Amino acid sequence: MRAVGMPQLQPISGVSMRHIFLGAIALCLTLPAVAQNAPMAPKPDTLLPGPLTTEPGNPARGRLIVRDLDRASCLICHALPIPEEPDHGTIGPPLHGIGAHLSVAELRQRIIDPKAANPDTIMPSYYRTTGLRDVLEIYRGRPIYTAQQVEDVVAYMATLTTTQTAQ
Amino acid sequence: MTMSAQSAALGMALGLACLSPATGAAQSDDGTPYPLVSGYAYMAPSTQGLQDDDFINPGHFAIAAGQRLWVRPQGPNGTACAECHGTDPSAMAGVATRYPRVDAASGQLENLEGRINRCLTDNIMSDPYPYESDDLLALTAYISNASRGLPMNVAIDDAAQPFFDQGRDLYFQRRGQLDLACNQCHNDRAGERLRGDVISQGHVNGFPIYRLKWSAMGSRHRMFQWCNTSLRAEPFALGSPEYLALELYVAWRGNGLPIETPAVRR
Repeated sequence: MRAVGMPQLQPISGVSMRHIFLGAIALCLTLPAVAQNAPMAPKPDTLLPGPLTTEPGNPARGRLIVRDLDRASCLICHALPIPEEPDHGTIGPPLHGIGAHLSVAELRQRIIDPKAANPDTIMPSYYRTTGLRDVLEIYRGRPIYTAQQVEDVVAYMATLTTTQTAQ
Repeated sequence: MTMSAQSAALGMALGLACLSPATGAAQSDDGTPYPLVSGYAYMAPSTQGLQDDDFINPGHFAIAAGQRLWVRPQGPNGTACAECHGTDPSAMAGVATRYPRVDAASGQLENLEGRINRCLTDNIMSDPYPYESDDLLALTAYISNASRGLPMNVAIDDAAQPFFDQGRDLYFQRRGQLDLACNQCHNDRAGERLRGDVISQGHVNGFPIYRLKWSAMGSRHRMFQWCNTSLRAEPFALGSPEYLALELYVAWRGNGLPIETPAVRR
């Protein structure tokens, strides 16, 4: 399921300059090819970014990340089957069953840069550092998620295969 | 002097009936939601109750402080605001509804805080108050409160037009790591929930506000900074040309809403 031309990134514990650099290259290589087919036609998974890390995503870690208010929590905008958290957002669609609707590659794309699929979406790009304006200094040059966090969240989303609200 | 929801609704209806004709564009052409709804409507009943009761509304401490400043002799000649403007705050009724506006002499855009400071430096010959200082918030709140219930009515005339355009551009400009523009939430998604918060239409008719999150009074520009920082965007400075222009645009899109100062917000 790896995209052609996608460099395999090493797992990282923090955000290194090397990581950002490789991430930027990965996106530069990938996004123009995706954007040619815009706006909404489904892409073959081979045109979408492959895994950003060699370490497979960990869904349990992903479930913790999507709740983390310091990491632009998914719950701010989306409802998720996380009943122990109150007040899920209503900006985006509920994500129950999203793992049955989207492939792993599509999930990854929606997290890395949802605007590649839908330029008008309000959803921020969680693994993009370019094309942004006036980013607060402490976040400048850093994506919202690290590569491993992207993979962990993708792995968690892939487990959401039922539309039942309790899970 | 309790502002009930009923009177707020009445004021809103009256406001809508006399929308400023000063500019060619209508608010709704810009995507401003209709009907105009004050941030008050998005607050929990307990927060609304805090605003409604002048005896418990914490913003009234600032207004009382503003009243004391109003009559206090300042500057080398011991001049008080009240010597020119009188001690009856009703003499200032309507003033706050018209700001920001362009100062004809300088051609510069000026908000109420800026106008107060210009009076201090030019007439009282005193030092200006620092932006967001207790004193400037107090006087701004005192003067704004004199317009409570009157509809916002900023004018977009030829002099204001370039500032208006700058402010509108900023309002629709995606910024920060989260890549969001004001309109994406406050035009397109007012009423939707961001976790426990409900997104308001983003009006400024209640400022300076007492904000529970701050446990303090805050200006319109402090709120802009808070919003920008939440998007992980660099804020502009308090009183900066950028925020003055944004304030003009945001005030215009709320033209017709009654002034609520001191509003209490989450």
